[in-house]
Amino acid sequence: MDPSQITNHLTGNSIAGVLPLVQSGSFWLPPAGSTTASAVDWLFYFLFYVAAFFFLLIVTLMTLFVLKYRARPDRDAPEPSPSHNTWLELTWSVIPTMIIIFIFAVGFAGYMEMRTPPANAYEIRVTGQKWKWFFTYPTGYVDENLHVPVDRPIRLVMTSRDVIHSLYIPAFRLKMDLVPGRYTSTWFQAIQPGEYDLLCAEYCGDNHSSMLAKVIVHRPGEFEKWLEEASNFMKNLSPVEAGQILYQRQGCAQCHSIDGSAKVGPTFLGLFESQVKLADGTTVTADENYLRESILVPDAKVVAGFRPQMPPYQGLLDEDKIAALIEFIKSLKSEQSAGGHN
Amino acid sequence: MVTEVTEPRPVARSTPPDYLHDGRGIWSWLFTLDHKRIGVMYLVGILTSLLLGGVFALLIRTHLAIPALVHQPGQATSTAGSAAVVVGPSQPVPANTSTGQDAAAQMVAESEAATAASTVQPTPPRYLLTPKEYNRAFTLHGAIMIFLVIIPGIPAALGNFVLPLMLGAKDVAFPRLNLMSFHLWLIGLVFFLVVLFTGGLDTGWTFYTPYSTTTDTRVTTAVVGAFILGFSSIFTGINFIATVHFLRPRGMSWFRMPLFVWSLYATAIIQVLATPVLGITLLLIALEKNLGLGIFDPKLGGDPVLFQHFFWFYSHPAVYIMILPGMGIISELISTFSRKHIFGYRFIAFSSVAIAILGFLVWGHHMFTSGQSRLASMIFSALTFSVSIPSAIKVFNWLATMYKGRISLQTPMCYALAFILLFGIGGLTGLFLGALATDVHLHDTYFVVAHFHYVMFGGTLVAFLGGLHYWWPKMTGKMYNDTLGRLGALLIFLGLNLTFFPQFVLGSRGMPRRYFDYSSLLDRHPEFAGLNLMSTAGAYLTAIGLIVAAVCLLGSLWWGRKAPPNPWGSASLEWRCPSPPPKENFLSPPVITPAFDPYDLDQVVYDPETQGYWVRQTAIT
Amino acid sequence: MTMATHSVEVPEQHHPTGEHDHHAGEHPAYLAHHFDSMAQQFAAGKLGMWIFLVTEILFFGGLFCAYAVYRANHPEVFVYAHHFLDKNLGALNTAILIFSSFTMAWAVRAAQLGQQQTLRLCLITTLLCAGAFLGVKYVEYRQKWEHGLLWAGWYHPHVTNAEHHGDAAPKPSSPATAPTAVQATTSGQTPEPTTAATAGEHSEYPGEPRLAGVFFSIYFCMTGLHALHVVGGMIAITWLLIRAFQGVFGPEYYGPVDYVGLYWHLVDMIWIYLFPLLYLIH
Repeated sequence: MDPSQITNHLTGNSIAGVLPLVQSGSFWLPPAGSTTASAVDWLFYFLFYVAAFFFLLIVTLMTLFVLKYRARPDRDAPEPSPSHNTWLELTWSVIPTMIIIFIFAVGFAGYMEMRTPPANAYEIRVTGQKWKWFFTYPTGYVDENLHVPVDRPIRLVMTSRDVIHSLYIPAFRLKMDLVPGRYTSTWFQAIQPGEYDLLCAEYCGDNHSSMLAKVIVHRPGEFEKWLEEASNFMKNLSPVEAGQILYQRQGCAQCHSIDGSAKVGPTFLGLFESQVKLADGTTVTADENYLRESILVPDAKVVAGFRPQMPPYQGLLDEDKIAALIEFIKSLKSEQSAGGHN
Repeated sequence: MVTEVTEPRPVARSTPPDYLHDGRGIWSWLFTLDHKRIGVMYLVGILTSLLLGGVFALLIRTHLAIPALVHQPGQATSTAGSAAVVVGPSQPVPANTSTGQDAAAQMVAESEAATAASTVQPTPPRYLLTPKEYNRAFTLHGAIMIFLVIIPGIPAALGNFVLPLMLGAKDVAFPRLNLMSFHLWLIGLVFFLVVLFTGGLDTGWTFYTPYSTTTDTRVTTAVVGAFILGFSSIFTGINFIATVHFLRPRGMSWFRMPLFVWSLYATAIIQVLATPVLGITLLLIALEKNLGLGIFDPKLGGDPVLFQHFFWFYSHPAVYIMILPGMGIISELISTFSRKHIFGYRFIAFSSVAIAILGFLVWGHHMFTSGQSRLASMIFSALTFSVSIPSAIKVFNWLATMYKGRISLQTPMCYALAFILLFGIGGLTGLFLGALATDVHLHDTYFVVAHFHYVMFGGTLVAFLGGLHYWWPKMTGKMYNDTLGRLGALLIFLGLNLTFFPQFVLGSRGMPRRYFDYSSLLDRHPEFAGLNLMSTAGAYLTAIGLIVAAVCLLGSLWWGRKAPPNPWGSASLEWRCPSPPPKENFLSPPVITPAFDPYDLDQVVYDPETQGYWVRQTAIT
Repeated sequence: MTMATHSVEVPEQHHPTGEHDHHAGEHPAYLAHHFDSMAQQFAAGKLGMWIFLVTEILFFGGLFCAYAVYRANHPEVFVYAHHFLDKNLGALNTAILIFSSFTMAWAVRAAQLGQQQTLRLCLITTLLCAGAFLGVKYVEYRQKWEHGLLWAGWYHPHVTNAEHHGDAAPKPSSPATAPTAVQATTSGQTPEPTTAATAGEHSEYPGEPRLAGVFFSIYFCMTGLHALHVVGGMIAITWLLIRAFQGVFGPEYYGPVDYVGLYWHLVDMIWIYLFPLLYLIH
């Protein structure tokens, strides 16, 4: 039996469908933006009231006892009272046991819903990398934010390129780790158009707290339009702008800076038409041909002082994209060269 | 034949010197075999480490208050990059932006500015710490507090001192092993100091791979230090188990032992069974990092999630190492200061063992979002709830002990009551995390941080302080000023609540943990500012409370009056020897009759002359 | 209210305060001051050692767990790679250790009976066996080193020039003609999920599974840790030997021999599990 069927069987309906939809935020929780959030929120408030009840009970009894049974000089000997009572022990063991069985069951049911995507879910691939999110849409387009249509189940298939990250969307009550070397998945269905925060929730190094993205939930019909337009960014943007997007999304930015600093690879700032000293001692001019070759076969000309670590992009980028990247790199003129920007 | 003693007070004979003065000089301390001296040395070391870990805590909290203080609503801030943070409008995009103002280019422009930090004019650092420093601060705070303070904590500093006394024994079973435990602890401390001064550690105390095996901070030194500390813990566990089995006096059956001994025994079982798994995990990290062993590296066929299983298999039982001795202390305190036999002795005793055993079965509740299977998550969640029942039983038994008692609110009792309230909150919030659906939302947020600080600080450390104030007269022979002591307890209690309760709200509203900077979240969540400020204020209040407690206790060493053997009126054996005890503990070994009961407070009588108590029909001597 | 219940008695005979004069005549030389009798001391020591052994089992347990996980997920790796281990050397080591356990147990018995000569001889024999074990291990490790059969990060299997035509070449298949050292690629570009065995792309051994190095990671970890424990045992036995030459052990005091014996049996037992799990996979 499929797990979501079990849940439905137990509750007669989906947990999230039965429980009141908590849309607006409260003191404790942000506004709910997904179908499964209500299951989480219901349980949260149930637990809150259970915890508050028991805590108040403890506080009350404690205060009462301290006040009533405070040692006073006139009260010399304590009233006799037994030091064990098996029935009492069993009572206060059994009642909490029943409560927590209920809590476990509700938690489990909600969890099964959150971890069992519907069959017709729209799939988006997620890649986490220090310290950026990349969302790959079915068209192959890669974006830095998560765009989804409202009222449709979305399945995220995720992996990491380096260390463990965790995708957390508080409004959807959604969280799942991204693990290198394997795929994890989660799903959600957004109920309200709008913009929501997407955060990294597994410590991943220096810029863990700036590994943020946005979830943009589109109104009906708008998502397809957006995807169409964004996927054709090569057509819609100038080559330099398109090249900039490719620089961000194809992994170049991780190793090549545009501010002059050397990272794992040489900087792109002022690279075009500069004289490049290679590891074998020769010097070449960084013209269009050099740039194109370095993208496709990086090991052909390794710059002095750097290690041959760059993965080849042969087969991964077509000629248009390579041209756009070259245009972008050309635009990165340093102050020394003619026409430095601002 | 029993000798009936007529005078109320034991007559002092030519008593041997107390353990503090029996043998002078640093070597007589560093190479002592006396469990009391070892306990005192542990105490000094642990409290010093607490101070060090606390300094990091204040650094973190101060740092986290600053975004709250400087943030202007509506100001777009970008915080990427490890250099000084950008303030002000983002830089113009250094490209020919065409008319296309569509979302893609906009986004690119923003992220462009974010990554080009050093093309911006340098601005003064807005925060107290850089991201690298912050990450080291929270890692070292956690690692020092856990490995050097809380895990050894009560067993090493108080248990070592009190356990043999409670059993009427002369020492623990293996005094030389005990000394070795302490030396290993010192060596572990040295390793962590080396880490501190040679580049720090930035993996989080949890060392998750692949981050820990690829970062360039002092991971290997730290894991070797933790490995050594693990052995210190294991040896203490072995010692306590053997002591409880073989050094009980004749007549003291298992159910005539004080509950603190039960708790130390249950803790020792966990120490002995769980810590070796930590040992192998740490060894594997070191091998992975330095030799490319490949066991956690997916590129070499390994599995990063396997690390989490290994790590939490120890680290979950470890939290029961932290809390069980604390609960044992509370049993002693509540009974003594309610002047009433502990309620439900057997239930409390068995609940300690139950917690120890069940604690081994629930480690996966730290991994509900790790990608583990739904079945595994379900099993772990169900088992996690089972551990809550024995803990609840203890709380109810303590309250029942107070019922119809004669309660006096001296300093140790204040800590005991604070424990019940703080551990109550901590334990109840554990339910939110054990339940699968809510855990998905709350995992790795400040809710978890608040939960574990309530149980570790509000639980273990408060119990530790309560026990310290309780056994202080026995250890030092001095009474402290009770008013000052109670003030310290109150400030700590208020401070802890102010520090950590707002963090529950931060977490449930979506603030993740281990965040160097949350200012990009402030526009959508302005409440994060106020909550963080409250938390920082609470941290300082707690620090003041700890200082007051320190002044109270240290002050007693100079100005406190001499302590009687039994200042609080307890019936357990550690109060039948002088304060402080001589090296051999008891002037002659106590003999236990069938009527012996460490909680039989009916037999304890107050003596106004010594401002202490003595146990009726007893003579030591 | 109860009256006259005596919780603690004062015994009639007052003992003098101070040291271990409880047994006025014979005072066992090795009775620690906090124990009442040698029997109590011995029982405590034995329990202590047993608990320590339990911690050792859990310590190795983590590695056995890793073994189980990896073998379950990548059985082909284990089937392939274990052929590189020499079963005969492994069996020899097993026999050596079992024999050394026997001599150790005999040593304990000799101590109990006060047979000083036998005790010393047995301890020396045990030490020699341990040394032989380590010697064999050295031979095995050196073989692995020469052929690059190391843990995953350093795994680069190759045939040395000398073995190019020889029968000492590592199995399982006949080596390829060119004895070039081939570096296994250890850094992939994108971390794809680990897949099933693929044709040997990294070494000259056709049929080598992609992640064969994992086997050697586990092999070196487990046998290496075990070897460290053998060394530790040798140190303990040497200490016993020194004390045996001082004539310290006898029927009233043989605890330390017993405890070290227990430890040694555990070291032996761990090897008895390691041998089939690593060498005899079918």
